Amino acid sequence: MDTTQITDAPPPTPQPTPAEQKRNARGATRPGDRIFLGLSRGSGILLLVIMAAIAVFLTYRASLALSKNHGNFLTTFEWNTNVTPPSFGIAVLAYGTVISSIIAMVLAVPVAVAIALFLTHYAPRRLAGPIAYVVDLLAAVPSIVYGLWGALILVPHMTGLFGWLNDFFGWTGVFSWDQGAPRSLLTVGILLAVMILPIITNVSREVFRQVPQMHEEAALALGATRWEVIRMAVLPFGRSGVISASMLGLGRALGETMAVATVLSPDFLIHGSLLNPGGGTFAQNIASKFSEATEFGRDALIASGLVLFVITLLVNGAARMIIARRKEYSGANA
Amino acid sequence: MSNAAIAEKRPSTLRGASLPRWSPWAIAAGSAAVAVAIGAGAGLTKVQWGLIAGLLFLIATYAIAATVEGRRQAKDRIATGLVWVAFLVALVPLISLVWVTVVRGVKVLDVYFLTHSMGLVADSQPGGGIYHAIIGSLEQVGLATIIAAPIGVLTAIYLVEYGRGRLAQAVTFFVDVMTGVPSIVAGLFILSLMLIFDMEPFGFAGSLALAILMMPVVVRSTEEMLKLVPNELREASLALGVPKWRTILKVVLPTSIGGITTGIMLAIARIAGETAPVLLLVFGNRFINNNPFSGPQQSLPLYVYQQYAAGNDYAYDRAWAASLALIAFVMILNLVARAIARWKAPKTGR
Repeated sequence: MDTTQITDAPPPTPQPTPAEQKRNARGATRPGDRIFLGLSRGSGILLLVIMAAIAVFLTYRASLALSKNHGNFLTTFEWNTNVTPPSFGIAVLAYGTVISSIIAMVLAVPVAVAIALFLTHYAPRRLAGPIAYVVDLLAAVPSIVYGLWGALILVPHMTGLFGWLNDFFGWTGVFSWDQGAPRSLLTVGILLAVMILPIITNVSREVFRQVPQMHEEAALALGATRWEVIRMAVLPFGRSGVISASMLGLGRALGETMAVATVLSPDFLIHGSLLNPGGGTFAQNIASKFSEATEFGRDALIASGLVLFVITLLVNGAARMIIARRKEYSGANA
Repeated sequence: MSNAAIAEKRPSTLRGASLPRWSPWAIAAGSAAVAVAIGAGAGLTKVQWGLIAGLLFLIATYAIAATVEGRRQAKDRIATGLVWVAFLVALVPLISLVWVTVVRGVKVLDVYFLTHSMGLVADSQPGGGIYHAIIGSLEQVGLATIIAAPIGVLTAIYLVEYGRGRLAQAVTFFVDVMTGVPSIVAGLFILSLMLIFDMEPFGFAGSLALAILMMPVVVRSTEEMLKLVPNELREASLALGVPKWRTILKVVLPTSIGGITTGIMLAIARIAGETAPVLLLVFGNRFINNNPFSGPQQSLPLYVYQQYAAGNDYAYDRAWAASLALIAFVMILNLVARAIARWKAPKTGR
């Protein structure tokens, strides 16, 4: 932008900075340079084209399905694509996706921040290195393995917790339980929390590690306890980093397919209780309805996928903007 | 006498009274003992024992520290306790996950399992294996890597070596956003193309979706590595009259090749575990299909899902064993990648 301003400006002879001019001239003359620049720029453009194509093709197929939908896409409580007239809506899916992700965030973020603090400020040095390494590796465990573990190990172990919640908090309605299999949105939320824990921990740890040593030492020199150092120097510095880490985790939780598909026993109702099985999420619904879907049914699933795509775009875009803003701040600190 | 009084007072003015170093352990042991006593007396479960012990520990720590050391120190100790408790609580599911997968996976994981397909075995029978799934996974992931790695590396080169202005900004932003595209959406995108061209599921379609998931990861890690290459190297090469493209190929890339390889391997590890796009596009197959360009294939994560869905003990055993194989594959990739990163770490300027 600066260079164009300079070239537009009146001064006659050496317009761009000499270095810039030389580079441009060189780049133009050598065929090897031109080919290489073309290839690498082409790859960058290809990435943009792919993103645009995802949006365009999903919208196109979704519009095919939506034009024949007899229900209201936003408020219908059913997913009947194999009958005439077809009727399907995303209300239940949106509810399930949002609720399970919120549960996951509420459980995972405080624990992840605590673990990150543990690794950077509390753990003995000799312990912290290997643990951080293991957490890194856990972030790479495929989601289907989490799904299998959730369905076969976590679900049977939830009955105790569910019974306890029902006994003491059943009166709220949110935690009432009819003794069914605990394949509910709460279980999904807990499993998602376990899944995104390593991811949020990793990013938060990196952020906490970048806290300027001077800030912490200054606080210590003023007689602060370790907790006061963390509260006054570490957390304020790391806040935006933790927020963006959480948003990345949220993006992962929103789009998670297999772990939800294996654990949840879905239906197309919104239940008041989080403990009773039922509900569904966008990704889970796509995975479980796909095999029996006709071409029209697949278009309908694509329509729901488009909604998921837009939601994750918004969440990730917000996270990136927070990170970008933080970069400006940390530049001043460096 | 006054001297003695000062000598006695001085330490107490500079350093307040503090608990001995062994006190947290003592409090922990004490609260655990009380919790076990209460739990055993009232007939509670072990989880409840743990909860009572944790609560007792926090309360006792706060009370003792507040009386001896003051409120600020007590708060500090509570925070320390909470951080430790959070860490230990989070360990439980993660250790359980790894432990259960290993223990239940080794039951049927043997050479037979690795070298046979499910062609002659029903889901309800014992036997069978994952050979067809390994073949499918390797081919799909390999093809995805062949597509995504060059595009990703070239894009990173563009961003670091050439990128100025609007286009580079847009690419950077959308690479970030693309990192967060859910795998099932990438699958749906390829599916929409397949619906338009009226195609049946086949392995390469899955590769395309995996490549979309892989590209942004490769771009990100390669970018970081290229930025670590010291500018002096580029300048030295350019000063000798070497064209820019040769400078990049012969100086910049060799310097950062270790990190780039690591990034690509980590990206491979990520896509090797993706199930959703494979479920939509490759569909699964009980038989060995060596051709990724025609007919449905199997893949390891999809195999785990389908064996889980079959819902009987033999199938569960196979699902665990396949999970173990998958985790082992991903972990080996990770470990090798990190080893390469350490071994080939770019020597930054002194």
